[in-house]
Amino acid sequence: MIENALKGGKRYWSWIAFLLVIIAVGGLYWLRQFNEGLTITGLNRDVSWGLYIAQFTFMVGVAASAVMVVLPYYLHNYKAFGKITILGEFVAVGACIMCMGFIFVDMGQPFRITNVFLHPSPNSMMFWDTVVLMGYLVLNVLISFVTLHSEKKSIAPPKWIRPIIILSIPWAVSIHTVTAFLYAGLVARPFWMTAVMAPRFLATAFSAGPALLILLALILRKNTKFDTGKEPIQKLAIIVTYAMIMNVFLLLMEIFTAVYSGIPEHLDHFKYLYFGLGENTALVPWMWTSAVLAVIALVLLIVPQFRKNETLLIWGCIAVFISIWIDKGMGMIVTGYIPNPLHTVTEYVPTFPEVMITLMVWALGGLIITGLYKVALSVRKQLV
Amino acid sequence: MGVDRRKFVKIAGAAALGLTAAPPIKLFSSETEEKADTSLCNTATDSCVCKPPEVDPVEQGLKKDPTRWAMVVNLGECRKHEDCKDCILACHETHNVPDFPKKKDEVKWIWKEQFSHAFHEVENEFGDEELNHSPALLLCNHCDNPPCVKVCPTQATWKREQDGIVMMDWHRCIGCRYCLAACPYGSRSFNYRDPRPHIKEINTDFPTRMRGVVEKCTFCDERLAEGKLPACVDACKYGCLTFGDLEDADSKVRELLHSHFTIRRKPGLGTQPEVFYIV
Amino acid sequence: MFDGGKIITGLIIFLIIITFPVWYNAVNGQAGERPEIEIATKDTPGKNECVLPADVMRTDHMDLVMQWRDEVVRHDDRTFKTENGREFTKSLTHTCLDCHSNKDAFCDQCHNYVGVDPYCWDCHIVPQDFEKGVK
Repeated sequence: MIENALKGGKRYWSWIAFLLVIIAVGGLYWLRQFNEGLTITGLNRDVSWGLYIAQFTFMVGVAASAVMVVLPYYLHNYKAFGKITILGEFVAVGACIMCMGFIFVDMGQPFRITNVFLHPSPNSMMFWDTVVLMGYLVLNVLISFVTLHSEKKSIAPPKWIRPIIILSIPWAVSIHTVTAFLYAGLVARPFWMTAVMAPRFLATAFSAGPALLILLALILRKNTKFDTGKEPIQKLAIIVTYAMIMNVFLLLMEIFTAVYSGIPEHLDHFKYLYFGLGENTALVPWMWTSAVLAVIALVLLIVPQFRKNETLLIWGCIAVFISIWIDKGMGMIVTGYIPNPLHTVTEYVPTFPEVMITLMVWALGGLIITGLYKVALSVRKQLV
Repeated sequence: MGVDRRKFVKIAGAAALGLTAAPPIKLFSSETEEKADTSLCNTATDSCVCKPPEVDPVEQGLKKDPTRWAMVVNLGECRKHEDCKDCILACHETHNVPDFPKKKDEVKWIWKEQFSHAFHEVENEFGDEELNHSPALLLCNHCDNPPCVKVCPTQATWKREQDGIVMMDWHRCIGCRYCLAACPYGSRSFNYRDPRPHIKEINTDFPTRMRGVVEKCTFCDERLAEGKLPACVDACKYGCLTFGDLEDADSKVRELLHSHFTIRRKPGLGTQPEVFYIV
Repeated sequence: MFDGGKIITGLIIFLIIITFPVWYNAVNGQAGERPEIEIATKDTPGKNECVLPADVMRTDHMDLVMQWRDEVVRHDDRTFKTENGREFTKSLTHTCLDCHSNKDAFCDQCHNYVGVDPYCWDCHIVPQDFEKGVK
């Protein structure tokens, strides 16, 4: 089954080669970072988490979003998701590995990572996040391969897999909740000290994740014989729409609380995000881009005629994805540190090596998802 | 290997047993300390004249358990010597704290920060302009309820049971910097690069760090073990820093807390800092 | 068997690569070479004694050093008592290197031979190196 990932045409191999080149170049920069330390990044004493952790947070959401196809298909027996479910699960696998990759490249002493298991610390949310993420990866690998294997043999999946599938549903929610708890319980960071962080993380996950899935399904339709049909795409689009509305709603809640209360410790972070503090305005253009894209996305998604038009839907999904990627990634992480606990501002801008290492992890995720999709498609072609 | 190891464990175990009878550490207590020393500082005003402690801490007798180390910083006196960096230099030289060329890589254990930044919650726009711009001495607060300890995924930082020091194990730290995110006082630094080439003069009695680990003030646990005061306290020739045991009702820190109005940084967070400031 | 020839060729190449260090040393005439260790000790009377018997130290010094490390850093437990009641401060740079002041001829000989690179020296300072002015 898995050997299918090693068979493919010229275009398949060109794409794989492209990803491998990015991985190789990024790998060289990672080696440099490993030898010289994180000094080659833009991180500093005040802003000690940046691009890597931003990507990590965003990708946890993408991983969790698989539940949006798994739940309707397995729990509610929604048959239209039959073809697309495996795509969601494979995205989750790739996203989980990317999360681990981003944590790994962010560590000062990456080869001491086993200390997390040698000295388990239940009071640390990072310990729990590691546990749930690894568990989620195992669950998704198991579920996707067992169900695909059954599909290949044209038999029903074994009975024992069903409780595991059901378990993966709350587990998906847990990975993103625990990831929110990483940030939301820190007395030092008023910007993160918000009870709606976990709900908002889920809302952003369930909009950006399925948006990515729609895009991937449409790319597959265009380039392969694989076609999910219109119905699942439209159903996913509705999920994206509702989740995006929830996301924007929760963002407005955050802004109301900060602005109306006017507590400087909370308000200053939002000022930094959208207007900058003094001359420090690194994130302002990004955040307004995110806001404008969110509005465009909502218009394209909420109006039924636009949503049902697949070309416009593509643009809507791209807008959702980028808007959330900015807001939930760099916007969320970096702003937690600005202003710092001394109420002064040190800005952070990623460096070129940092961007290359980030691209390396993205390319690695792309490689994994490509390979897995190849496997899934090969199995499906045998069926036709 | 098995046999050798068993033998080793046996020998080491026997040796460890012998250890429990090790003599208690001698440390500065209260009894021999004269009140005269603190009575000079009977007000929190600038008129206070503080003398360096005259009593050798090692001579001051045995320390009772449990201990809760704390520090009182007399900012009123410290402020008068704005350019004095004795405590900072002493600490950074003792602990091989590097001096990196770029500010972004900065590592510091104890430093001076504008008062209005250090205590921005009590800043008053019509208040004493001079006070707002005066330097405040900052270091790890060794919180009684340390947020950094709670988040560490490897117990590389922990609160020492016997005396409340928030310790660091540089062998175990994985460099995730979660504690930097969790500390509400900005007391922690990360080694973004190899510190060794940037240490002016290496103190061979203390290790350096390697790149990729977090470090901070440890209240000089290594000096306390030898019955010495923390290096910064020792170095201050104006007596602005007082170190002692909060559990000891007669200790100098308790006296100062009793006789002066003191503040702590961000008391509302419930972290219970053990560093107190006389403004 | 499909592709039997290819598989066997592959296995042979794999074996050659994995045994590279063995035959490389054999060809170079370095096989069987053993490290020469200089056990330098301080001449101070009564000091000429290690914290544990030499054979135990030879096999288990790394465990002892790790144990000391954890006891000192994590439990503020800084004194080691030997079987015959002598007390030592648990310190790599002071106690160990105090006697074995020749790290290059003592520690490094074996460590290089077996190809281990303990990270002790990334942080812990070899006082002798500093006297020589090496950073």
